[in-house]
Amino acid sequence: MRSTSLSKTLFWKILRQLSSIAALVLLGGLLSATLVRMAPGFDADERELDPSLNAESVRALHQARAGEHNILGFYVGYLRGAMHGDLGTSHALGQPVQSLLRERWPVTVRVAGIGLLLAWLMGMTLAFTACLWRFPAYEILGITLSGAFLCIPAAVLALLSVILNAPGYLAIALIVFPKIYRYSRNLLAKAYSMPHITAARARGVSETRVLAWHVVPLAGPQMIALAGVTISIALGASIPVESLCGLPGIGQLAWQAALSRDLPLLVNLTVLVTLVTLMANSAADVMNFVTNHVTNYALNPREV
Amino acid sequence: MNLARKLACIVTLVVCAMSLAANWLAPAGYATQFREAPSAAPSRQHWLGTDEVGRDRFARVLYGTRISLLLAPAAALVSTALAALVGGLAGYLGGIWLRVARGFTDLFLSLPWLFLLITVRALLPLNVSPTVSVLITFLILGLLGWAASARVLSTSADALRNSDFILQARASGLHGARLFLVHVLPNLKPVLYAQFWISIPVFILSEANLGILGLGVAEPLPSWGSLLRELEGMISFREEPWRLVPLLLLIVVMTSFQLLLSNEEVTA
Amino acid sequence: MIARRFRILVGFALFFSLALGCFAQSGGELRFCLRSEPKTFDPLLVDDDASLSIRYLTGGVLARVNRHTQEIEPELAESWKVSKDGKQITFKLRRGVTFSDGSSFSAEDVAFTMQRLMDPALHSSTGDAFRSDKGTVSTKIIAPDQVAIIFPAPIAGLDRLFDQVAIMSAHSPKKEGAVLGPFMVAEYKAGSSVLLRRNPNYWKKDSQGRRLPYLDSIRLDIQSNRDVEMLRFRRGELDLINVLDSDYFDRLASTSAGLAHDAGASLDSDFLWFNQVASAPIPEYKRAWFHSANFRRAISQAINRDDLARVVFNGHAQPAVGPVSPANKFWFDSKLKAEAYRPDAALQRLQAEGFRLQNGALFDKGGNAVEFSIVTNAGSKPRERMAVMVQEDLGKLGIKVNVVTLDFPSLIERISQKFNYEAAMLGFRNVDLDPNGQMNIWLSSAEDHAWNPQQKSPETTWEAEIDQLMRAQASAADPKKRKESFDRVQEIVAEQAPIIYLVNQNALSAVSTAVAGANPGILSPQTFWNAERLTLNGNQNSPSQASR
Repeated sequence: MRSTSLSKTLFWKILRQLSSIAALVLLGGLLSATLVRMAPGFDADERELDPSLNAESVRALHQARAGEHNILGFYVGYLRGAMHGDLGTSHALGQPVQSLLRERWPVTVRVAGIGLLLAWLMGMTLAFTACLWRFPAYEILGITLSGAFLCIPAAVLALLSVILNAPGYLAIALIVFPKIYRYSRNLLAKAYSMPHITAARARGVSETRVLAWHVVPLAGPQMIALAGVTISIALGASIPVESLCGLPGIGQLAWQAALSRDLPLLVNLTVLVTLVTLMANSAADVMNFVTNHVTNYALNPREV
Repeated sequence: MNLARKLACIVTLVVCAMSLAANWLAPAGYATQFREAPSAAPSRQHWLGTDEVGRDRFARVLYGTRISLLLAPAAALVSTALAALVGGLAGYLGGIWLRVARGFTDLFLSLPWLFLLITVRALLPLNVSPTVSVLITFLILGLLGWAASARVLSTSADALRNSDFILQARASGLHGARLFLVHVLPNLKPVLYAQFWISIPVFILSEANLGILGLGVAEPLPSWGSLLRELEGMISFREEPWRLVPLLLLIVVMTSFQLLLSNEEVTA
Repeated sequence: MIARRFRILVGFALFFSLALGCFAQSGGELRFCLRSEPKTFDPLLVDDDASLSIRYLTGGVLARVNRHTQEIEPELAESWKVSKDGKQITFKLRRGVTFSDGSSFSAEDVAFTMQRLMDPALHSSTGDAFRSDKGTVSTKIIAPDQVAIIFPAPIAGLDRLFDQVAIMSAHSPKKEGAVLGPFMVAEYKAGSSVLLRRNPNYWKKDSQGRRLPYLDSIRLDIQSNRDVEMLRFRRGELDLINVLDSDYFDRLASTSAGLAHDAGASLDSDFLWFNQVASAPIPEYKRAWFHSANFRRAISQAINRDDLARVVFNGHAQPAVGPVSPANKFWFDSKLKAEAYRPDAALQRLQAEGFRLQNGALFDKGGNAVEFSIVTNAGSKPRERMAVMVQEDLGKLGIKVNVVTLDFPSLIERISQKFNYEAAMLGFRNVDLDPNGQMNIWLSSAEDHAWNPQQKSPETTWEAEIDQLMRAQASAADPKKRKESFDRVQEIVAEQAPIIYLVNQNALSAVSTAVAGANPGILSPQTFWNAERLTLNGNQNSPSQASR
């Protein structure tokens, strides 16, 4: 009975999440299209500065974007096309957006994905060991190391990875791990300062047991939430890394699209990033929900 | 650890003092161009060498420290306060408020704010004073940098809402803003401190990147961000290692800040 | 018996090795970078650098401007004749030439290409260069190897324009895939690279009768970051850097002699100008400053161009004189000199206009402090540095300059559409020697008349004179008469300073010692203009031996 009620609640929760994701993605696409349309330089094309183009050709350049002036009209047309699999054509690259995304998405997934995993491994290792060992010198080392990588510009880290022939995902890992480390270290330290943890340690419970059974459940929900957020941080980090390391991914595409005000490409990229961010954060919420219920049931079986 | 905190305190004070005394300590103005010696190596006249147009790098580090040391923490404070307000409050209130806040935060994280920044630049007059430009830049950074932390805070606050001590506080008659400020917010400190500490270097670097949009610190004013951007052209750090000094200074200052921030974060 | 067989065997071996030697190419793959994604592979629509490079390597043209001598030379056309009225050009084509797919090249292909190029719906910069007047362009196929192209109005320097027209096949199903150039596009990985392979049917042979090109392939990696490009070159992963930054030139020259090349002043220039548009949203008193030739000349005199060349470009640039670089041997007006740095003379000019210096600040006759902004594009370190140096120079005259770097689309919107700026600093990458290519800059009614475009009628007498001179040189057949007219244009520009020319950068490039036959020049493409004759000799340019 109890597991059925949990599954039912979970089902409705997931359904609610999915419908809010859909609504937010649609809204995100429209908002990003509006931001791009309202920003200066929307109608500008660097070919206007080419003196070999005559007045008619320059007028034709402006006309090419006439259909995008009415942002609602553009967005409705875009959605209609998207339902048939047509995501529009990129102005900057002259290619269908769908094929651009299909070619480049796997590169970003690989680079950002591995980078993120590595960042979590590095951040959590440093945070957990700092909590377990509690040497001031080690703590200072962790602070200095994470501080150092926070202070180095992402472009410099990417350039360093090129200089050292290191893979691009390492640069992403070094960009993201300081944030993971700092949040995790603080959350774990806070959990360690709880009176019942102090009492458990005073009674001689092993450090590993304290960490696994008491500290992690306390800090866990926030760290799961952090996991969702780090995905959008990693996607942001992929822009300079892909551009400098010559990786033909979404990040590189996003930068080109932004510089040339490529509306079809930018809307699609925003929709994609919004979808990924929402899915990641929603997955974190659902995981927290399930973890909370399981923990509560374990502690208070009659109350669930 | 006390020794470390003392050292951190001294370092921070020395850096602040030196930046405030830049007018006396700097061997030359930050804008003076020694055109006979561009990209010069360190010497008696120029302790950290000169930049590409011959400006004394040591002078620029001193003056740049003022701007970045003052404004980046201020912007970090703004973003932390906003994160506490949106994330903390939403988690505390729960229910529909929490769902709406999370949706709003996720959307906020995904939008291309670059275009808002470009629009802001277009709205400002071209001859805006450097002070106003830099103030607006850091204010915008503060206003845009809260979302990631708010997401984590909402989860923390949500977990706290049903914790025993909060229920006890409610039972003893504490409600609303007082409950939030006295009991919930202090327990969100780990995330808030992390947010604050991370934001400072992120905003310093972002300010420099905003230079490409016409925002940020205008020439010839220096900032840490613009000094760190010099590193982007270095393909061999062995050739000009003195260019790493601003980076080392920033790392030392950031480490000192963290050691000073809170005692319970660094001891278990 | 055995000795006889042995002699026969040796004879055969010698014969085959000689035969192989005749047909063997040096082979190998040349590698360098494109700084952006190519926007198109259609040779008629090309207008970005990356696509231009690919067109140069794959397209066959009727006539080619020799990048060293700057003279026009026959290519697919053996000869040509321009009519006296300048409206018709007749080409005599080479015979026996085939496209890369084996289809024959004939006059029909030239006619097809020109008809397509002149289609008004195409809006191509290559095609617009041929548009002298309203009316249609017609082609006449006289014989399979002879074609005439007739224009509605005379076009000055007509033959040189065909350097940009890559002939397309009229019949091949491969369309732009069928080429007449030394290489053809074999593979394109978006965001990553373009691979060109040798065209097995390329018509050109060397003096020993060997079919060109010598190289098997060219790999063009897409890399926008110049630091990474330099790094890869030093590691031996790239063979050329077509346009080398002056920052890296000296570093490369000091560590590896012979790799860095300075071919002297290029055709490119950096300049700044003031907004003179009547409807621009700037204060009236500032408009009055910018309209004053004395003000503009004073600014020009207050800028230390020698310092710009020395500090920003490490000496690899020269103070610019005017719209034509001294590298443009025929069209440069050698009577003119770069404006000398004379801040005292500049101040005198300003004082003559009613400006006065007070407590280190300059004020106009209305009591307004002289302050203006210079907008320029972000991402160009040399330009940002020049702007900072100009700011310092003008600061000595008490003028407050605010440097504002903007992203390119925002900048274009301000200077071309909204005219919401005061002064702007940009550069001009000149690929055309003929001043006709700058028509749209100098005509007052044109779109690119930077300081005050699209005038209904010239607002000043000197602009009216420039209009008349530009039209005269465009319709004159005699090169000497054309030069006289354009020399006068350059003199007016020097007197009135509507555009303040700052520097002409030198053409800097880097070529690996593995590459033989390279002869970097100033005309684009600087390093691979003779790509069909380049070879690779296997030597590396870095201590770490990169394997091929």
